[in-house]
Amino acid sequence: MRDPAIVRMLPDERRMHLHDGPIDLIVEANGTSDTVSAAYEAAAKRFVTVLDELCGELPLLRAQTRRDSQMLRGAVAKRMAAAVAPYAEECFITPMAAVAGAVAEEILYTMTGAAQLTRAYVNNGGDIALHLAPQERYQVGMVGRPDRPSLFGAVEISYGMPVRGIATSGWRGRSFSLGIADAVTVLAETAAMADTAATIIANAVNLPEHPRISRVPATEIAPDSDLGSRLVTRAVGVLRDSEVAAALESGANVARELHERGLIVAAALNLQRETRVVSATDGREFTEFSQRSLLHA
Amino acid sequence: MADVLPADTIRCDACPVLCYIKRGQTGACDRYGNADGQLVRVDPHILLDRAKSQGAPLVPFLERESEWDGTLVKGKDTFVTAIGAGTTYPDYKPAPFIVSSEVDGVDMVTVVTEGIFSYCGVKLKIDTDRNLGPERNLVRAQGEPVGHVTTAEYGSQMLSLGGVHRLTGGTKSEGRVTCETLLDLCNGKEVELTIDEGARVRVAAGKAPVVNGQQEERMRVGCGSATIGMFAKQWLGKVDDVVVVDDHITGVLSEHQAGKFLGVRQTGIAIKGRRSTPGRYFQVANPGTGWGGTDISDPLTILKPFKEKFAWPKLRLLMVSTTGEQFAYFELDELLRPVQEELPAELQESVARIRENCEPALTTVLFMAGAGGSLRAGVTENPVKLTHSVKASLTRVTCGGAPAYIWPGGGITFMVDVTRMPENAFGYVPTPALVAPMEFTLKKEDYAALGGHMDHMRPLSEVLAEKERKRQVHSLPENPWPLQPRRAKE
Repeated sequence: MRDPAIVRMLPDERRMHLHDGPIDLIVEANGTSDTVSAAYEAAAKRFVTVLDELCGELPLLRAQTRRDSQMLRGAVAKRMAAAVAPYAEECFITPMAAVAGAVAEEILYTMTGAAQLTRAYVNNGGDIALHLAPQERYQVGMVGRPDRPSLFGAVEISYGMPVRGIATSGWRGRSFSLGIADAVTVLAETAAMADTAATIIANAVNLPEHPRISRVPATEIAPDSDLGSRLVTRAVGVLRDSEVAAALESGANVARELHERGLIVAAALNLQRETRVVSATDGREFTEFSQRSLLHA
Repeated sequence: MADVLPADTIRCDACPVLCYIKRGQTGACDRYGNADGQLVRVDPHILLDRAKSQGAPLVPFLERESEWDGTLVKGKDTFVTAIGAGTTYPDYKPAPFIVSSEVDGVDMVTVVTEGIFSYCGVKLKIDTDRNLGPERNLVRAQGEPVGHVTTAEYGSQMLSLGGVHRLTGGTKSEGRVTCETLLDLCNGKEVELTIDEGARVRVAAGKAPVVNGQQEERMRVGCGSATIGMFAKQWLGKVDDVVVVDDHITGVLSEHQAGKFLGVRQTGIAIKGRRSTPGRYFQVANPGTGWGGTDISDPLTILKPFKEKFAWPKLRLLMVSTTGEQFAYFELDELLRPVQEELPAELQESVARIRENCEPALTTVLFMAGAGGSLRAGVTENPVKLTHSVKASLTRVTCGGAPAYIWPGGGITFMVDVTRMPENAFGYVPTPALVAPMEFTLKKEDYAALGGHMDHMRPLSEVLAEKERKRQVHSLPENPWPLQPRRAKE
C-alpha cells in the first residue's frame, strides 16, 4: 500500500511540489523557461528514489553518531553524516538531525548541476537550500509557530553572504525537540548544517525541571524515534519574562559558540514572542516585524 | 523492533519509513495517524459537508483517491471554509481560495480567506443572576486586564473582552494574555476570569458558567415580580404569602397585583428595601452570589417584623429564589415570629415548577470583529463594493460556514456565535491579533460586477482534487447552508 511519490506543479504553475512519505518539498527555480524545465525534470528524477535510499539504511541513520560510526552509503545519508559530525564529540546526535536539510540540499545540487539557474530554492518543510547567481537575493519570512500563520521576522539572503541554507527547529514543529523554543531559525553555509544547528540550539533553549513544561519520553509518542527515551517537550505554559530571558540566553550561548566555530552564520531564537538574535552583524540580517506592521484586518 | 506490536500501536505502510504509530498520534509525515487503531489521513484544511443527518460528528477525511473519488465532488453539498486556508495578508493579492460552484443552476462564487483581526473581541453573556462585579470594572485573566463588565441583561451578566485597545494599546503582556484569552474562548476552551471587586468565573462557550467555584445550573425564570405573576394561581390556598427573592425586583404575593386579583388576604409582611409599586421591591439586599443574586444566605434578613394589625399566628410563608434553587418555608408563632418548617408536599411542586421553567444557564461567546483593509482587497479590486454588496445582502458572509450578523452602518463589522463554527477555527498572530476564517459567497455575475478576481476563480472540483490539506466536517443543522443563493434582504 505504498503511496506513490507525487510530482506536480502547484496551481501557480511556477513552483513544483514533490512529496513522498514524510518528505514534502516545494521547489522553485528561476532562469529561462528551458533551464527551469531542465532543472525541474532533473529534480523530479532524483527525488523519486531519495526516500527508498534513506529507508535502506534507516537503522544506521537513527543511531548515535560517534567518531567511529559506520560509513553511510547514500548521497543524502553522507550529507547528513557530514553535517552532524562536528557535534559527535560533545553530545548525543544522530544523522536524522540533518535529514530535512540534507534532502533539500541534494535536490538543489541536482538542479544546479542540470541547468544554469539565476535563483532556486528547495524548501523541505522550512528547511531550505538556496542557490543564488551573482547579484541575486531572496527575501525569507520566519514563522514562529507552524500551527498559526504568523511571521516573527524576515531575513534577506544575498549572493555575497555565506548563506545557502536556512532551517528552523522548535518543539512545535514536526520533529521532537528537547528544548522549549517556539522556533530557532538558523542561517548556515548549507541546509544540512543549518538543520543540525537549529536542532542543537533549539534543544538548548530550555529551563530544566520547570514545572510548567511538560515532557515525555520520545518513544512514548513515536516508538521508533531516534531519541529513544529522552524527554521531549510536549507543552510549555506561559513563562515569566525573566524565565523567557533565561531560556533564550541559554540557547544564545550555544548559538554564539557555534558561530565562533563557523558552524552557523546567524540564528534567531524565538520563545513566547520574544526574539533573540546571534550574528556577527548584530542581527542586521534579520528584520523583526514591527508591532504596527500587521495591525489591520 | 519486535514483530508483535503493543495493542495501541499500528504500523503505517503508506511509505517505506514504516512508522510505528501509537493511538492518537501521527507518523513522521504528520499526515497519517492512528485513530482508534485505524490508519487515517489527518489534514487541516476544513471542508464543510452539508450534513443530511442531524448532529453528525466530525469525520476524518480519507484522501486516497480510491476512497474519496466521487463521494465529495458533489458541488453544492460541499463548501470550502476559510479555516486553514491561510491569508495573503499583508498583500493586496487575491484571497487564497476563490472557488466557483453551481448550486441549483446558479453559478456561485465563494471567496475564502483567513482574516487577521486587531479590531476584534468577544461579547460574553453569562447566564447568572449572581452579581459578577460592578459595571466598568476590569475583567482579568492571569492577572492581566482583558476586558470589562458592561451591563446585565435579563438573567445574564455581560462582559466585553478584548478589543483593539486591550490587544495593542496596553503592555505587551496585557496584549498577549488578551489574545490568548480570546483565542481560547473562541476555540471553545475554558478560561478563568476574575473581576475586580467581584467574582471569579470559569467560562467556556456553550457550557454552564462556574461562579466562585459554584456551577450555575439554571437561569432565573423571571424577576421576582414576574415569578409571582406566573405562579400566583398555583399558590392560592396552599400558602398565605410568598416572597420571591431577587436582586432586581423582589416580589410579594399578598401585595402584588396578581395576589390582589386573586383575593389574597393582607398578611402584614414588611420587606426591607425600596418599594417600587405594590408587591415589588428594589434593593432588598446587596448584589452577591446568594439567594436570587443577592448577598443573603438567610432570607429572613430581608424581613421586618410582621405588622400585628394584619398578621396571625400559624400564617404560612414561602420564601423562594427566582431559580427555585433556594427556598424556605416558615410559619408564624404566637409572637408572630417566623419559624422554619419542612416545605409541605403541596408546595414542593411549585418550587420544582419554578426550577423547571428556568432554562439551562450557559455562557455564550460572540466573536465580533471588523473586516477592512486588505482582507476586502483579497476579494475584489474595488474593496468598497464588497461592503456595499454585503450591505445589500447580495453577498453572504460566513465564518467557517456559520452565519455572521453584519452590524448596520459603515464597514463590515460582524458577530458570530463561535459554537456554530467548526472546532479550532481560530488562530492568532503575535501582533497580537486573532485570525478568523471568513467566506464571502455571492452569485458569479455579482462577483464580476463588483470587480472580483475572476481570473483567480477555480472550480470547486479542482480545489477538492488537490491532494493535501483538507479535512471534512459536517455542517451544523442549525446553520443555513452558505451556498444557498440569497434573496435580497433575507
